[in-house]
Order: sequence, then structure tokens, then C-alpha cells
Amino acid sequence: MQLTLWTYEGPPHVGAMRVATGMRGVHYVLHAPQGDTYADLLFTMIERRDQRPPVTYTTFQARDLGGDTADLFKAAAAEAYERHRPEALLVGASCTAELIQDDPGGLARSLGLPVPVVALELPSYQRKENWGAAETFFQLVRACAGPHAPPPGTPRRERAAGQRPRCNLLGPTALGFRHRDDIREVTGLLARLGIDVHVVAPMGARPSDLATLGEADFNVVLYPEIAHSAASWLTRTFGQPSTKTVPIGVSATREFIHEVAALAGVDPAAVLADEGARSVWYSRSVDSTYLTDKRVFVFGDATHAIAAARFAAEELGFKVVGIGTYSREFARDVREAAARHGVEALITDDYLAVEAKVAELQPELVLGTQMERHVAKRLGIPCAVISAPVHVQDYPARYAPQMGFEGANVLFDTFVHPLMMGLEEHLIGMFREDFEFHGDAAPSHLGHAAAARPAPEPAAVAPTPVAAAAANTAASGPTLVWSADAEQELKKIPFFVRGKARRNTERYALERGVTTITLEALYDAKAHFGR
Amino acid sequence: MNARPAIESRTDAGGCTEVPVLRERGQREVFCGLTSIIWMHRKIQDAFFLIVGSRTCAHLMQSAAGVMIFAEPRFGTAVIEERDLAGLADANDELDRVVDELLARRPDIKLLFLVGSCPSEVIKLDLSRAAQRLSRKHYPGVRVLSYSGSGIETTFTQGEDACLAAMVPTLPQAAADAPPSLLVVGSLADVVEDQFRRVFDALGVGPVHFFPPRRAQALPPVGPNTRMLLAQPWLADTARLLEDRGARRLVAPMPIGVEGTTAWLHAAADAFGVPAARLDAVTAAARDRAMQALARHRERLAGKSIFFFPDSQLEIPLARFLARELGMRLGEVGTPFLHRAHLAAELDLLPRDVRLSEGQHVDRQLDRCRAERPDLVVCGLGLANPLEAEGLATKWSIELVFTPIQGYEQAADLAELFVRPLARRQKLVA
Ligand code: SF4
Ligand code: SF4
Repeated sequence: MQLTLWTYEGPPHVGAMRVATGMRGVHYVLHAPQGDTYADLLFTMIERRDQRPPVTYTTFQARDLGGDTADLFKAAAAEAYERHRPEALLVGASCTAELIQDDPGGLARSLGLPVPVVALELPSYQRKENWGAAETFFQLVRACAGPHAPPPGTPRRERAAGQRPRCNLLGPTALGFRHRDDIREVTGLLARLGIDVHVVAPMGARPSDLATLGEADFNVVLYPEIAHSAASWLTRTFGQPSTKTVPIGVSATREFIHEVAALAGVDPAAVLADEGARSVWYSRSVDSTYLTDKRVFVFGDATHAIAAARFAAEELGFKVVGIGTYSREFARDVREAAARHGVEALITDDYLAVEAKVAELQPELVLGTQMERHVAKRLGIPCAVISAPVHVQDYPARYAPQMGFEGANVLFDTFVHPLMMGLEEHLIGMFREDFEFHGDAAPSHLGHAAAARPAPEPAAVAPTPVAAAAANTAASGPTLVWSADAEQELKKIPFFVRGKARRNTERYALERGVTTITLEALYDAKAHFGR
Repeated sequence: MNARPAIESRTDAGGCTEVPVLRERGQREVFCGLTSIIWMHRKIQDAFFLIVGSRTCAHLMQSAAGVMIFAEPRFGTAVIEERDLAGLADANDELDRVVDELLARRPDIKLLFLVGSCPSEVIKLDLSRAAQRLSRKHYPGVRVLSYSGSGIETTFTQGEDACLAAMVPTLPQAAADAPPSLLVVGSLADVVEDQFRRVFDALGVGPVHFFPPRRAQALPPVGPNTRMLLAQPWLADTARLLEDRGARRLVAPMPIGVEGTTAWLHAAADAFGVPAARLDAVTAAARDRAMQALARHRERLAGKSIFFFPDSQLEIPLARFLARELGMRLGEVGTPFLHRAHLAAELDLLPRDVRLSEGQHVDRQLDRCRAERPDLVVCGLGLANPLEAEGLATKWSIELVFTPIQGYEQAADLAELFVRPLARRQKLVA
């Protein structure tokens, strides 16, 4: 048993729902109690979908147990087929139904429906949402494309002369982080290279489209968490190669272009000569100097965390002070990335551990999920969301991809906006005695809500590791006093670093048993913490 | 509409108590009882709700609670894992460990609920025994109780019923010769509670206790001289257990709208021998204010039709309010569960031709709703946007349980919740 307050991932059947809801012509019959229908609102409210997810829940009750839950399942499946007439039927169990062992697959097959029935075995007590999505996608691909597989060992047919190369885009689902816009960006990029997109799946595909996946020349794996297992099966079965690079950030996009150009046998030179990535120049613009070595903490799914850390370090000049993921399946990749940044990876799905880490590291920017957004808000640290779990504001009305050159522009804005704007920072420094620029004014673009200094947690609540850490750094202990001249000097430090200076100085003093912070102690601490 | 009638004993019987009800079985698109933890944990401020369940249960809670809770919440889930399913003794040890861990971190907790879920029910994890064991262990600092909020046994607000029912045996016994006291049962927003308390004080009705209390130690006494007034329609088990301990239920509609609130207060006043004229005088100003505020909303709602999908069991009191005080036309009024005895006073007030349905077959109900094309649909979050996309105006039912809606001062706020979606549609031109 594990005590959980907030979770990064839902149960695996929610992953299956993300696949089914992204597709067309699929219906999912889920053996589950009534409360599990909450999952519908993820799609209709967070993603603002205008249709119900294609899911029928059996909503069995206590009085049905030990008798007719199997009949209930059969009736629900038959009725769902009649009403929705899908091209393929997914069936499975949620955590509760898994325990009553009704065998949804066998029951559905006994109905003799004229469409493929894909039975999902998603072990709810071991696995989670992304795994469930990957497994569901893999099973669907195998069921739909399997019958069209060539005999093992058949060499791949050469592309006919004059025919444009074609690829599939694999991985985007409903409720994904910017999947909608990534598809458009990557499709456009491929088009400029002279490569056609054959099928995008799961998002937008029908089972009949999945049946033709093998016809493409290669696969582009956009989200390895979801598409990796299906893509490797396609490689084994149809001899289709798949891409390894996820095109997030300018460098990664360039590598991706080289990779697909090689797979498709096209010349990338023209596209590389006309990238359209404003972020590259913006980062070199003198106002960006202040971005240098901004300390950033990164947490998310493996793909987005690795990519965000790389972009932050190599394309913005930040310093990555921590990186982590909740995707245990991809822990190795994140550990390798962490090693490249010279830090240790945090692999956990316990948000309290993440919170404690952020409190300990005191970064200047957090790149994380909606969970880290709350953590950062509480600690008074700027934050940008880079990965699922998502909330409604992660579905912007405007076009905002993460991938490709436009994606890099979006990342630049997303990561830089929460920070003080360079020029503004400079002006405040120069004119801090002027009444309009007085040190306690918040930067205009952040509004009054942005606190430069975390409000210490009220001591009465939750002595969590975090609260304890916050209390330490806030050092509201009665033993520590500031001398008048040190206090005066502190006021001369620009407000946006003043909070940090105060915390560091107090920590420095506490560690050395100093009870009165003098001017000397202030500058000793500054020298100690100066980088 | 502004002519306020004086309060007198009700004689206008002849509502729809006998009206036929469409009973449906099929997919139910409703939350399970766990969801009521979202308001219960805020109401009882030193209680913690530990769900013993699955990742699904944890995910439900955070999806339904959304981003409303920024701090560390006073609820959590002990997620059952593969190893716990191997042997039950093991699961009990694990539970004890999780509770120790939790209580060590949260010394502010005085009352801990172990909340059963579908998985814990199906594997027959005995949470009442676990609660006894843990109560002994953590006595006297923390009392541990248990109830089930599972989806196979409870629907949404029934979770509160199960929770309060679990607390009833812990209430102190009121002496047999104690003077009569009033027990208001069902969680109300603090602001509403305070308003009602002021009215009861002015009437000289008392002592008055509210259940659940705001703090776990402030348990109200119950005994043969307890008069209980239900403030929520979903308290079947709680009321029965309180009756078993001697409490007498006062018959009244729910305190929703001017009419409902007046009748509800009237029931209390009657039981304490307060004359109607006194009630009239004490509530006159508030009733005038409420009716004036309602008149504005009535202009926009009168004649409009409304359709209720089942959700919280508040549907019937709300339909009564909207029909009688705002002139709306009732289409189908769906409720997850109809407690005829507790709602008798409500059913009396409904128009004779109302179409009630109990339980749900969501696809068929959607078909009926589409055919009816009501002006406003009250439904859950899973249905709202899809119906909007089909051109129907919707009101999220969940807001109706999270917002203070009871009493005179909230009557117009409640009406406004129904006006807003219609008014918004009129504004948008693109
Ligand atoms: S319906 Fe059952 S399994 Fe689902 S969230 Fe509710 S208690 Fe948990
Ligand atoms: S069975 Fe449990 S672990 Fe599995 S999906 Fe359901 S809630 Fe999650």
C-alpha cells in the first residue's frame, strides 16, 4: 500500500481511453463501477472535447456481484455495438472488475460481433496510465495491421520510382500535452522535406487506417511513452524503421531532419537553410544575457523532461540543477540525461518528494507538470508547464506546438516569460531609488501576485519535509537578528534577488551559529554563495 | 410576486406524492460516494479521510477536486498494490503502517476516517475492524472510524450519508429528561449555518446543534428529546440511525428557495411551540429581500423548460424551487435515488404532471433529452460540453453541491446559477 495525495498518472484504463478517444470508429466497453465514469470529464472539461469519449461503462453495483456481472457486461457490449457500430471494439476491466475476473474478452467474443474485438489486459495494481495507452495502441495496431503482415523474412519492397516517401506519425492521443499542435508542426516540416504523412495514429485514425500502417516507408515516433512498443512491433513485422529523435528544441529538430531525410532518401539542405527559429537569435540578443546560468529544475514525463532540460541548457544558457521523471519505464534515459547535466536524476511518482527537492534546490525556475506548478507557486518560484499531467490552461486556443522550429519559439517564450524581463530588470536596478521603480514593485508583466519571496508556511500546519525546509530557509527563528546597517544594505539589493539574498544570509548565519547579521556577515554570505 | 404571504399552517395538499416514477437501469454517469469527501473534509476541519482503494480512486479525487485545493489536502488514498492482493493479513499490516505514517505527519488530525472503496469491498478488507484496532492504538489523540464510499454501494452524496451514519454511534447520549433540542443534519456551508443559527436564536428555538460539527470533538448530543431537521435530501441511513437513538424527524421540505426555507423554519418553530406570527416577524425582512432579488431572475427564467440528469438527489428540491418560485417548466427530473419519506413534503409541492426518473440509462436519457430540447439541462461535467456542442444550454450540477444555496440570503444566488448559462448564450454573437 502506498499513501498517495496527488498522482501524476491515472490508472492504465485511462490510458486506453486516451487512445480510444483520440481515434475514430473505436468503442471501448469498460467493466467498471459507476464512479469510474469520472474519467469522461478529463476529456470533456480539461481538453474541452465536444463529444463524449467513446466509452461504455457497465457500472455494476454491489447487488450484481456474485451473480450476473458477466451478463451485465455482455448486455452492455451488445448494446454499445448496436448503438455506436464501431469498426473495432475494445473491451477491458478497471481495477474493481479485474478483481471479479469476468473475462471481458471471452464474453465479448462470445457475442459473435462482426468486428474485431480487442481484449485489453491492463494490470491496474501494477501499471499506470502511459503504460496503458502504449499497450492499448500496440494491441490495436497488432489486431488491425497484423492480418496484412507479409510472411516473416520478406524483404521490404523498394519504393516505386517517382513516388514520394511516406511515413506514419505515431503516438499522439487525446488528453496529450500539445499533441494536436505537434502533429501540425511535424507534418508541415515533413512536407517541406518532400515527405508525405500516410497515417497519424492513434489521434484521428480509424481501425481501417491502422490496417494500412505497413504501407508507409518508416515511422516517426513522436511520443515514445505511447508509441514505442507499437513502433518496434511494426519494425519487426513490416521491416519499417522508426525515428529515435524527438524534435523538441532547435538542435533536436535539426537532428530529426537529418534522421528522416536519411530514412526517406531526400536532401535536407533547403529546409535547414530556412529554419524560421526566432529563438536562436532571441537567445543571442543582448537582453538575454541575464538568462545565463539561471538555475532550473525540470520534472515531467521522460520525453518532455529530457527535451526541456536540453533546450534550457543548450539553447537558453540556463543551468540545470535537477531533473526527474515519474515515468519509471524510461528512468534509464532520464538518468543518462541527468549525467550529461552533471546532476542526479529524481525518479519518483511521489509529488512530496519532488516538492522537497525543489525546496532544497531553490531553483530560479521550475519546468514541470501541473503538480510542480502548485509546488512552485507555494514556494514562490516561477514555473512553466512542459508535460502532462495537464490542466485546462494547457490547451491554449492559439497554435502552440512543442516540436519543430515553431515549437522552439514557443519554448523560448514559455521558459522566459515567467522570469523577469531582462531590460526591465536592468532598469529597475538603475532607477531603484525612483518612486516608480521602488524596490518593492513587482515586475509589471507578472502582476501583483508574483511573490519574490515565499510566504513561510504557517507553522501550525503540516510539518511536512517541505514545510520544515521552508521554515529553515525562512529562518523566522527568534534567535536571528539583522543589524540596522545590514538591513539597510539588504534593501539596496534589487528586490527580485533580495529574498534569496536574505535566505542565503540567514542560512549562512545559522550554520555558523551567528545570531546577529552584520554588514560583514552579509558580504561573507554573498561571497560564500556567489557563483 | 412581491406580495409576501403571511406564514400559516399549510393546507394545500394534493401534489404529486403518488406520481409514477420511471425506473431505469443501465450505465449510470454519476460519481461514487468518495466524491463527497471533497466538501466533507472542509466541513470537519480536523478530520482526515483516508481512502483505502486503487489508483482509480486517487485519480477520481484529484480530477473531481480539480485545482481547488492547493495545500496538502486532508484526504488521501492508500493505494492497494499487487502485493496487498496476495494475502489479507499483509494488507492489514500495510494499512496500519500507512496510518502510522500519516498520523505522524499530521498531528493536527483528531478524527480519521478509513473510507472503503470498490476494491477494498471486493477483496473484503474489513475496515471496521481495522478502525477499531487503530482507534485503540491511537487513543486518545485520534478516533478512527470507517465507512464505505464505494461506487458499488454509494452514489455521490450518499458518501456523506455513510460518513455521518458512521459518526452517529459516537454522539453523546442526551439525558432522557433533557429539554428539547434541535439537531440540523447534513453539511451546510458555514455562512449558511451561521444565518440559520441567528434565525433560531431570534425565534427562541434551541439549543441548536449542527451535524456534522465543524470540529471532531464538538459532537452534538442525541436522545429522545432531539428534534431533527434534515438540511440535505441524501441522509437516509443517518436519519434512521438517529431515529434509533430517539431523535424525532420534523417533516419539512429542504431549505431551498424562499418557500422551502420558510417551511423548513416553520417545522422547527412548530416543534418548539413558536407561533407562526413570531416566525413571520423574525423572517420578514429576509424574505422580502429574497423575493425582490428573485423577481429579477424570474423575468429571465419564467416559461423556460429544464431537464435534470441524476446527480446529487438535490434535483427534486431544485425542481420544486425553479417551478414554483421562478416559473420554469419542468421536463424530466432525474434523481439517482428517491427517498419518498424524506422527500414527501417536496413531492407534495411538485406539479402533478412532473416526470420523475430514478436510476439511469444514460444513452436513453440523452435520447429523451435531445428529443425534448429543453431550454436548460442540469447535468454532470462529462455530459455538459457535448450537450453544449449540440446546441443545448447546460448547468453543471456539481456546482450546486459546492455552492452555498440554502436559506433566504442564498435563494437569488441559486437562481442566478441557472440564469447565467442562458444569459451568456444571449451575449455571445460569434
Ligand atoms: S467507483 Fe469504486 S473504484 Fe471507482 S473511484 Fe469510486 S470507489 Fe474507486
Ligand atoms: S485496478 Fe486499481 S490500479 Fe488498476 S486501474 Fe483500477 S484503480 Fe488503477
